[in-house]
Formats: sequence, structure tokens, C-alpha cells
Amino acid sequence: MVLAADAQLRLDANWVDYLIVALYFAFVIGIGVMAKRSVSTSIDFFLSGRSLPAWVTGLAFISANLGAVEIMGMSANGAQFGIPTVHYFWVGAVPAMLFLGVVMMPFYYGSKVRSVPEFMRKRFGTGAHLVNAISFAVAQLLIAGINLFLLAKIVNILLGWNLYISLVVAAVIVLSYITLGGLSAAIYNEVLQFFVIVAALLPLTLVGLHKVGGYGGLKDKIMAAGNGDAQLNSWPGTNLTAIDNPVLSVIGIVFGLGFVLSFGYWTTNFVEVQRAMASSSISAAQRSPIIGAFPKMFVPFIVIFPGMIAAVVASEVAQAKSSGDKTFDYNNSLLYLIRDLLPNGMLGIAIAGLLASFMAGMAANISAFNTVFSYDLWQTYLVKDRNDEYYLRIGRFATVAATVVALGTALIARNYQNIMDYLQTLFGFFNAPLFATFILGMFWKRMTPTAGWAGLVSGTLAAVLVGVISTDVLGGASIGLIGLTGQGASFVAAGAAFVVDMLVSVVVTMVTSPKPESELRGLVYSLTPRADFHDENEGALAWYQQPTKLAGVGFVLVVILNIVFW
Amino acid sequence: MAENQAPRRAGLFDIRFIIGALIGLYGLIILITGFFTSDAQVQKSDGLNINIWAGIGMLVVGVGFVAWAQLRPIVVPAEPVHHDADRPPAH
Repeated sequence: MVLAADAQLRLDANWVDYLIVALYFAFVIGIGVMAKRSVSTSIDFFLSGRSLPAWVTGLAFISANLGAVEIMGMSANGAQFGIPTVHYFWVGAVPAMLFLGVVMMPFYYGSKVRSVPEFMRKRFGTGAHLVNAISFAVAQLLIAGINLFLLAKIVNILLGWNLYISLVVAAVIVLSYITLGGLSAAIYNEVLQFFVIVAALLPLTLVGLHKVGGYGGLKDKIMAAGNGDAQLNSWPGTNLTAIDNPVLSVIGIVFGLGFVLSFGYWTTNFVEVQRAMASSSISAAQRSPIIGAFPKMFVPFIVIFPGMIAAVVASEVAQAKSSGDKTFDYNNSLLYLIRDLLPNGMLGIAIAGLLASFMAGMAANISAFNTVFSYDLWQTYLVKDRNDEYYLRIGRFATVAATVVALGTALIARNYQNIMDYLQTLFGFFNAPLFATFILGMFWKRMTPTAGWAGLVSGTLAAVLVGVISTDVLGGASIGLIGLTGQGASFVAAGAAFVVDMLVSVVVTMVTSPKPESELRGLVYSLTPRADFHDENEGALAWYQQPTKLAGVGFVLVVILNIVFW
Repeated sequence: MAENQAPRRAGLFDIRFIIGALIGLYGLIILITGFFTSDAQVQKSDGLNINIWAGIGMLVVGVGFVAWAQLRPIVVPAEPVHHDADRPPAH
């Protein structure tokens, strides 16, 4: 089904477009080379990274997340469901980012752990650490596969290459991008990528709005296409959740997406959290997710809107939508719009922007996998006490191996109609129980090491169980015992994982023995002195540099946005 | 060694310079393309010559970033000399 659509999607790229794409690659490689040189003249890259202004770390924070999945998946949701997709941003991301900055970050920073699995090891010991490190590594590989698949698809569309050849070529491109750029160039590339993506999507959105006659015209056209009320109002979002009852739908969005999935993702995702943990002071660490939340609020306007415009402007998408064609791949919506609206020149920018997001997304997954594999798994359990060089070599080997495995997972991703479903499913399986164990362990000093891993395992199993008894969450593996489909089922799976994790943790804690309190300082709220969590210079900062006040402004803004698009 | 101890600017490696250069170049390229964009292509984007408009926009943003990097350079703090200890001993 994918291949049939691709012939119509061939973009008429000319030499100017290729020049623009080539220029992007030149910059990416240039950053890698310059990063290498800076390190050799002994300006430690990460140190100079710490002296960067907060807006840079803030942008890097959301750029790591603004990958292919977000751009293609969210514009697909925009085309299919319309405005309710904003929940993924205004309910499903911004509050969690603010919470991370204000409440959780002092914890991470104060307890001096370097990664989320490491926190697990300190708080709960080996069992929970193994479960966390392994499930995280597996999740990263799967998501890397999705990113790789999307990247290959772009190459396939652009050059008309066979999809399998495109997959291999794309994998080689990403591999050389990681090896050349290295870990140290990651932040720079992420920030650069953010601007290229905006440069691609903002003009596309403006042209699209011009074409449909502004937002008013867009609304009229969506109303004319039918089912407009659900498409144009964010609440209750029954079309998004596929839960017919509006009250349950709102609960699904607020609890499933807004609380469990989103807090699970933003507060425990090691890729994201580590960006902020590298900051110079506790308040700077707190500020990065909060600053990142501001641009994040406005990303829907250049991602969801093009999707909605595609659904009324691009004939293929509009047709599929009005006929209710279930086999149509909405992930292509953005590409149809680019094909229909952009002249050569802007077309090149759009292609560069898409390639940028796919590469950065996959690179982030692979390097995160890499770190957890080499340090949290290999060094901790398999081969201990070797020199740094040895582990670096293992890391390089892991990068190559991960790329090969991602090729395989890319083929799994190919069989899914809506990539967002697939991803949300993964989050439900891995992140939701993690978040439950995390906050319980942080605020309840009695929680035992056994409860740590038992909760994680049972929570994950609960999510898998919901997936299996639902109608279509796991494709062929779902047996359809309960009538839940699409995103709604993912929210329920995440909620179930969260609740089961909590219950099992409490019950197991009752019958097993806790760690001595002396080992829990910095890991449990009640056993950590307040001074550990406080930046002594905070009083000297301007109001917009104080995390709590900045987060307050962000929260008010996101509430206003929610009301405007009610 | 002496110059290594003085505070130094990030220079070309300043992220604002990199952003400014890339976005500015993109703006220039599509602005020029915009002057040669055929009517058929302009019709594609609803009669709006987006290459020109986006080109101007990107050029302004690009120049803005480069100017910002020039006016308020990042100064990398001087480091103690001990960094050479990390290197393998001289042959």
C-alpha cells in the first residue's frame, strides 16, 4: 500500500533543491569536524556547552523530541483528527515539561545521578536497574527503526529508489552522521535542526493558509467536508481517542495522555533529561525544560495545521478522508502538501528539514542506546573494570550493531498504518510503569528494592495485556476482546500500567524489607536536606530566570491556548 | 601555551554563527531562485512567490543571528593548564 502511493508523491526536485540539501549535510559534517578540532585544542566541548545561553539548551531539549515521528505523525493526526491533536502538545507535553523543571529536576540534579537507569540502581538496586536499562535499550532500538523507516521513505520518494535500498542507504548516512558528528556535536546539530525545520514548515503553513483563505477559510472547508465540529474543537476529542463517551474521552486524554504517558515520557526519558542535567547550576538545569516548553507550545501551528490543510487541499488525502478509506496512510499528508504547494527552492528547504528531523531523531535514539548499553549494561554487569578506551570501543561497536537492528525494526514499523499508534503503544509499555515506580520511590521511603522491579515488570505486562485484548493496538496480535482502538486504547494501556505498577509496588513493599535510610539520601524526598535542592544564587536572578516564575508564565499561556481552541 | 590561558571567543564555532550562516545562505539561495521562478511554479503556491518572501525572511533571520554573535560574543573561560595531563606522554 505504501509503494502504490509513492509514485504519486514523487517530488520534482531540481538542482537548486539538491544544492540546499547538500548544504545541510555540509554543515552537519562541518560541525562534526569543528567539534573534533575544538576538543583537540582542549576546549572541552561539554564545558563550552555549559556556558551556552539557556535558550540553546532549551531548544536542544525539544529538538531531541522534534524528530520525524513528531512531524509526520502529528501532521498525520492533524489531517485525520484535526484540532484535537493539539492535546499531544498542550496537555501531553507542556505541563510535564514544566513539572520536570520545577519538581523533578532538583531531584535529578541534587542526587547527582547521570542517567535514569542509574537512579534506579541507586534507589532499588540491581533488579529494577536491569529491567529499566534493558527495556529502555529495546525501546530506543524500536524507535530508531521508525525514524529510519521514515528517512528511507523520504529518500525513496525523492530519488525514486527502491524502499529496501533506501533503507540501507539511509542507515549508512545516519551511521556516518553519528560517527562524524560524534556525541559532542549532538546539541549543536539539534539546535540547527530546529531552525531548518521551522524554515521548512513555517512558509509551508503560510502558503497553505493563503490557499484556503486563512484560518476562517480552513474552518469553512473542514465544515464543508463533514464532521467539522469534532475536527475543529479540541475537547472532548472523541475522534482522537476513539472513545465514544465524551466524559471518558476527556478522562482518557487528561489521565492517560496528559498524566501517565506524558509525565512518563518527559520526566523519565533519559535522552531528554540528560540534556538538562549537563547544565552549570541547579536553576539552569531547571530552566532548560521550562524554556523548551515555550517553543513547544507553538510547534502545533506549523505541524498540525499543515496536516489539516492537506486534508482539504491535497486531493488524495481529502478523498481518503471523505470515503473513510481505512488503508490510507495519513503519514504522507505532509508530503502531499509539500508536493502540491512548494515551488523548487522552498521544496529543497522542506526536504532538508525533513531529512534533518529524521536523522536527528534516529541519531538521538542510537546514541542513547549506546550509552545505556555500554555503561549501564556492559560495564555494570558483563565486563567490569576495564579502561575507558575499552568501553569507548564497545560503544562504537554498539552503534554499528544498533543501526543494523534498527534496519530490522524499520521493517516492523513499515507494517503499521499510523506510526503514532505504534509509538504510543511503546510508551505505554515502557514509560508509564517507569514513571509510577519513579514517583513512588521518590516520595515513599519504605518502598523496597523487590517492589521496584516487581512493579515495573507487572506494570509493563499489564500494558501488554490491554494491548492484546484490545481490537487493533498490536495489529494481528490483538484479539479484540474489548472494543478499544487507536490512541484511546494506548491511553488505557498506559493507565493500566500505571495503576497496576502502583498496586503491586505497595503490596510487595508490605512483605519485603526496605533499604536502610542512610543509603537513600538524595534519592527520597523526605530523607534529603532542602539545601541539596536549592540554588543559593537564585535570589540574585531576574524573574524570568527563576524557574518557578517562568514555569508559571508558561502554564498560564498554555491554559489560554487550550481555551482559545476549545 | 600562553594564548591558551587567555579567555577566547567561540568564534566560528558559536552556534549562533552556524545557524545564521546556514539560514542566511538558504535565504539568499531561494531569494535568487524566486526571481527566476516560473509562473507555473508561482501558481502552485497560490500565486504567492513564496521563494521571495521566505528568502527575505530567512535572510533577515540569518543576518540577525550573525550580528548577534558578533555583538555579544561567547567567551570561553580560560582553563587551568592541567588539561595536557589527559594526553598520552610525548614520544
